Amino acid sequence: MAAPVVVARGLRREYAGVPVLVAVDLEVAAGDCVVLLGSNGAGKTTLLRVLATLLRPSGGALQLFGHDAARRPAAVRAQLGWVGHETGCYPDLTGRENLRFHARLHAVDDARIAECLAWSGLDGAADRPLRTYSRGMAQRLALARALLPRPGLLLLDEPFTGLDADASARLVGLLATVRAEGTAIVMSTHDPARVDELSPRTATLARGRLREGRA
Amino acid sequence: MLDALLGWGSGAGMLVALWMIFMVAPTEAQMGNVQRIFYVHVPCAWAAFLGFFAVAGASAVFLWNGSRRADRLAQAWAEVGVLFCTLVLITGPIWARPIWGVWWTWDPRLTMTVILWAIYAGYLLLRAFGGPDEAVARWAAVLGIVGVLDVPVIHYAVRLLQGIHPAVITTREGGSGLVDPDMRHTLYVASIAMLLFAFWLVRLRVRLAEVEDGVVAARHALEASEGAAA
Amino acid sequence: MIGSALAILAKDLRIETRTREGLTSIVVLGVLLVLVFSVAHDPTPSEAPRLAPAVIWVTFTFTGLLAIQRSFVVEREQDCLAALLVGPLDPAALYVGKLLGNVILLAAMQAMVLPLTALLLHVELAGALPGLIVVLLLGNLGFAALATLFGAVAVRVRAREVLLPVLLLPLLVPVLVGGVKATAAVLAGEGLAGATQAIGMLGAFDVIFTTAGVLLFEQVVRD
Repeated sequence: MAAPVVVARGLRREYAGVPVLVAVDLEVAAGDCVVLLGSNGAGKTTLLRVLATLLRPSGGALQLFGHDAARRPAAVRAQLGWVGHETGCYPDLTGRENLRFHARLHAVDDARIAECLAWSGLDGAADRPLRTYSRGMAQRLALARALLPRPGLLLLDEPFTGLDADASARLVGLLATVRAEGTAIVMSTHDPARVDELSPRTATLARGRLREGRA
Repeated sequence: MLDALLGWGSGAGMLVALWMIFMVAPTEAQMGNVQRIFYVHVPCAWAAFLGFFAVAGASAVFLWNGSRRADRLAQAWAEVGVLFCTLVLITGPIWARPIWGVWWTWDPRLTMTVILWAIYAGYLLLRAFGGPDEAVARWAAVLGIVGVLDVPVIHYAVRLLQGIHPAVITTREGGSGLVDPDMRHTLYVASIAMLLFAFWLVRLRVRLAEVEDGVVAARHALEASEGAAA
Repeated sequence: MIGSALAILAKDLRIETRTREGLTSIVVLGVLLVLVFSVAHDPTPSEAPRLAPAVIWVTFTFTGLLAIQRSFVVEREQDCLAALLVGPLDPAALYVGKLLGNVILLAAMQAMVLPLTALLLHVELAGALPGLIVVLLLGNLGFAALATLFGAVAVRVRAREVLLPVLLLPLLVPVLVGGVKATAAVLAGEGLAGATQAIGMLGAFDVIFTTAGVLLFEQVVRD
């Protein structure tokens, strides 16, 4: 039995002296899908960024893929995929150029780029600048970017913002395939109904602590 | 305990230094009584320079192990350092005006002091206006280290500059130009007094920061216990 | 590491050539600054060559500050920096990539502003050009080494247009002094040999602060 993808114990993080995460515990196994709920400002983005090793927790322990994230961040980062509020891609470059850039950083070959473009349905738009994409297409590019290195853990921060029903459904379909391949998913959203299809675990962040289920 | 020692020590030191400056040190032959400012000007400069290196040292420790103590020390030394640097830049012209007839010259040491002051000011502005991000402390630490690395190069540059613009007058080399033993002793005592004063101010500032941090920590503990109870 | 740095350089150059807005605005600014200096002083052909080195370096400093800020704004736009940091990228490689990009951008700007400066200030460029290029390259590297490091800081701060010059200008004094002295020597016909101390100082500055940048960049870019 492989080590759980995420083991977080007592995570603590402050912003401007105010504690945002007080004592967060979370365990995620391969192929799990966890949806984080909570009101605005509850700390969902902060928690996701801590899991992505973008923020260092001021207290507590975080293990990713069996490694201590604080002590061996490089080993861990190669296996993470991050889709934040924004696409993480350059608006003036084409979809293909964006993917090629990230592929070079992750030592991923061209075949994988073509594969990701096809899989996310962006083949036709691959040679247009990201600036010209619709919100739905941009989100799919962000997802393709994050999935290039075949990460073991995919983190998404409110991925359905600004997407209509069709685009949402499309995104959920893609996430289902990702999950089926064994990637663990942790995402935050304001609209849990959209991801019912994934039958995820839900957890609510309130006053700096994480509780299973919807509060 | 240490603070009391520093406080009384610097107070006593200042009194002794003052007495020596006016009673022991002889009147300088060419410059007259105005020259006595020298015994304040030079020790302030030493304190300012020491502060610079102290900021860099504390910054390095902070980057190495994230010690909040080191960060507080860096901030305290920056504030105290800029204070002494300002005093150097005030006492300098006060001394210069009667002697040389000008408020300012671009002599290497004065130029260096201005640049140092500007780097200090940048450090404090960054900490003050860098925003709420706790990473500000780390950015300031990087600035502290880069500043100290730059000191020798700036020193060289400033001397190179003097090659183009000849100095208005030639200044004495530090305190070693003093021949009269009474003058030298006065300088040493004044320096010790000023450094004690600097250390005392730093201790006060660090204590203030510790209290502030303590208040914040107490608030956290309160909120955490509220959250757990709920 | 080198591969990643070059990938970042290539990406930045591609974006810059695609939009060309960065280079255009700093070239225009550079030209305007030179014009303002010329009008303010209105030098005669005999005294102009003494003024030229200072004008050149002050102009390049201010336009350089603007240019380098932009290089990090690109990474802020769509939170691209986060995407870069969640990956195996070594922050030192990001620094080197950005540094090289900034040096190239500065050189491109200078290539366009320098001829105009020579024209307005009655300076003979012909014989001095090779020496001038060396001086500018050394100066650019030192300038960019520090500006890239603190540019990453400034972009996250609200008063960034003011803070970056405030932080950098005192630190860059050696670059200004060395640059002006070496430029003066080269324009006076003495060649690089006429300013060995200045060149040596610029070289030392470059080595010290490129190394410092490589070692410290991670502290500045990661939270």
